[in-house]
Amino acid sequence: MRTKNTIIFSLISTLFLIFLISIWKILATLQGLSINSFNIELLFLLGFLISLSHLGIGNKIKSIYKSIIFSSVFVFCDGYLIQKLPVWYNVGVFLILYFFSYKIGKYSFIGLKEEHSTQVILFDFLTLFGILFFSFVILFPFYMMLVTSFKTQIALLVNPLDFSINFGQDIKDLFKSYFVIFKSYKFGKYILTSTIVSVGTVIITLLFAIPAAYAVARLNFFGKTFLSTSILIIYMFPAIVLVIPLYTIFSQLGLRNSIEGLLIVYTATTLPVAIYMLQGYFKSIPKELEEAAILDKLSWFGIITKIIIPLSIPAISSVALYVFMIAWNEFLFSLMFLDNPNSFTLSRAIQYLSGDAETPRQYLMAGSVVVTLPVLFIFVYFEKYLVSGLTAGSVKG
Amino acid sequence: MNDTLANTEKKTAYILTLPAVLLVFAIILFPIFANVWISFKEVELKDIRIPEPRAKKIVKSISEEPSKIKILYKLRNSSLLQEIRDVSFNDNFPKNFEIENLDSRCEYKKSSLKCEFGNWPAKYKENFQVIFSTNDGSKIDKKRLKSVKPKLDGQSDNILLNTNFTLKNFKKVLFENEFVDLLLTTFYYTFFGTVGSIVFGILTAQMVNQKFYGRTFMRSVLLFPYVAPVVALAYTWELLLDPNSGTLNSLLLNYQIIETPINLLGQKYIEISIFGFDFKLRLALTTVIMFEIWRYFPLAFLFILARLQAIPKELYEAADVDGASPFQKFFKITLPQITAVISILFMIRFIWNFNKFEDVFLLTGGASGTRTLPINVYQQGFAISDIGMGSAVSIVIVVLLLMFMFFYFRLLGKRVDEN
Repeated sequence: MRTKNTIIFSLISTLFLIFLISIWKILATLQGLSINSFNIELLFLLGFLISLSHLGIGNKIKSIYKSIIFSSVFVFCDGYLIQKLPVWYNVGVFLILYFFSYKIGKYSFIGLKEEHSTQVILFDFLTLFGILFFSFVILFPFYMMLVTSFKTQIALLVNPLDFSINFGQDIKDLFKSYFVIFKSYKFGKYILTSTIVSVGTVIITLLFAIPAAYAVARLNFFGKTFLSTSILIIYMFPAIVLVIPLYTIFSQLGLRNSIEGLLIVYTATTLPVAIYMLQGYFKSIPKELEEAAILDKLSWFGIITKIIIPLSIPAISSVALYVFMIAWNEFLFSLMFLDNPNSFTLSRAIQYLSGDAETPRQYLMAGSVVVTLPVLFIFVYFEKYLVSGLTAGSVKG
Repeated sequence: MNDTLANTEKKTAYILTLPAVLLVFAIILFPIFANVWISFKEVELKDIRIPEPRAKKIVKSISEEPSKIKILYKLRNSSLLQEIRDVSFNDNFPKNFEIENLDSRCEYKKSSLKCEFGNWPAKYKENFQVIFSTNDGSKIDKKRLKSVKPKLDGQSDNILLNTNFTLKNFKKVLFENEFVDLLLTTFYYTFFGTVGSIVFGILTAQMVNQKFYGRTFMRSVLLFPYVAPVVALAYTWELLLDPNSGTLNSLLLNYQIIETPINLLGQKYIEISIFGFDFKLRLALTTVIMFEIWRYFPLAFLFILARLQAIPKELYEAADVDGASPFQKFFKITLPQITAVISILFMIRFIWNFNKFEDVFLLTGGASGTRTLPINVYQQGFAISDIGMGSAVSIVIVVLLLMFMFFYFRLLGKRVDEN
């Protein structure tokens, strides 16, 4: 039992180490280092030996010294014996190994005798592996988007794997793609259009949604249950089905290529979810406050502006942010309704840019960074509000 | 007293909800009905432009006669297909202008020229010329003359409003257009995308539900693909997967894992042999599904994490006392607790993936075997310019969705009964 557990432990931890080092090697390759092989056999051997000797040494040496010894041996073999690589690469390997020995530090020979210990080990390492794997898989495209926007066409042709950024160069050269898209491709104007459309959608949606949500949450009227159930069903209806009729109607009314047209459609598509989210929150406000207000002869307008809105600022901000994000990211309707470059939104402009095969990809990536950054910034900064919005109304998407 | 109070309450409620209801009705419900209407018509993109009478005004001076001026109107019917009835024309001139040759269809009164041109057939063209002279011999300002635009008016049929209906579109959709292939592709895309995103959602939620350093940061990062604009993400993926200069292919070539680049988004099939079984994998479709899973698993993650955090800790503590292994705890406690969320998620994601247009459109444009129903709506309606066909495909989508929802709720209802 103990031998089996020892072998399983060493195997799993070794695979984990191989994964860590491989990711580091990929990132190093993308900095222009010529690494042509992962040397999996060597990694496997070293990792296995380290795991075994960790168990063998046990507590005879202080864990810090143990980690330093392991790391140094590994760096010596991988970064010096096999292939001489720059210092920063080896520092990275050293830190990874240090992290690795810290992680395996909590397992010992005695622990391996316990019941379910293989499953515990597997579970622990799977979690660790999962965290790193998903971080890598998610962040990698964003990372590539960013670094590509700082490269030049020629540099990428010379070495398609060298994404290192030369910070020594002139700011104007470094941000060249950004200067170009703002100067030659009018991205300033597109940002303005996108902002007007998104902020406008937020304002109009709130203007329509707050009274309606208040009525659904508080007042009794015929058709109330029907209204509140149909809100979500309507929201599930596919946008692609609306495209052709709206296109024909908008063409005949001359609403295509206009900000007004987009505002109308965006407001209508975000209204159901906004009402749904708001009415849920309004219901949680104590009724007594309004009853007092009714005694003071406050009209419904007074009740909404003086009582409901001040009390539900958190819910309203979360709806506002959520609607802003939907409007900012929206692509389908802007593709259908806008074909004049003067009225493009950011998303549509980037798609238009990509339609020209001649457009260098760093411009495309610079545009992508420009359209992504505001959303990610808002998301990270207001995450608390947004996550509640996403879970409440996240049928969208 | 009570009665009137209830009445005012009702009235207030209607006033408060009316704007929202009207807007949603006009933009979401009405188009769905309009789709049914259009899908039974033969309409093309060019038909929906309303025919307009147009006039281009050209001002020409006459040599040796400075007090005279020739004005040429190039009249035409903008439509190549439809006639315009009762075309009327109106243009204004300075007060000192007198007309020299009055057309029989026109009259000149109070320095404005009014004409009734009658009916213009499709593609109609005419050069209409008038000559003016000034009665006080003063110089003529050509620029000012040009800046005044003539007004034209006329009536025409709106092809969308007539009552000619046909079943042609539906026949074409169901029998000609490789309909089965279209359905299968849509089904693969929807089903595997949904299942994949839920599986990854469970894994990541289980992961983040444990305590580790940087957990809140991890939670934000996991949501990035879901909140970032699809345009940016799709082009980044395209760039990573590009066969000629894409990073993924360059990396794989660099490590000698492959010998020739793989066109992940442009190749329909790839031959794979596992244990001696050769089979064809739909490569581009698989890549598109991967993108879909990558982009939408955060939603499943968020839902499932919220549910996981609501599971009482006592359940796990009791399991620990009984000596349950981590996997037993997962399969015996966690999974049963999240089945309800998963079934809701499955429905939501299935519906949304079924209708997803942007992702496939941006990645492949529907080429190399990735043509789904929503893509087909776009291709029929805008690439082939057959609005009627596009509408018919939309109707097929709606019908399939309603069928899915119907069966899904029945199935769910049955399972609830059994429990």
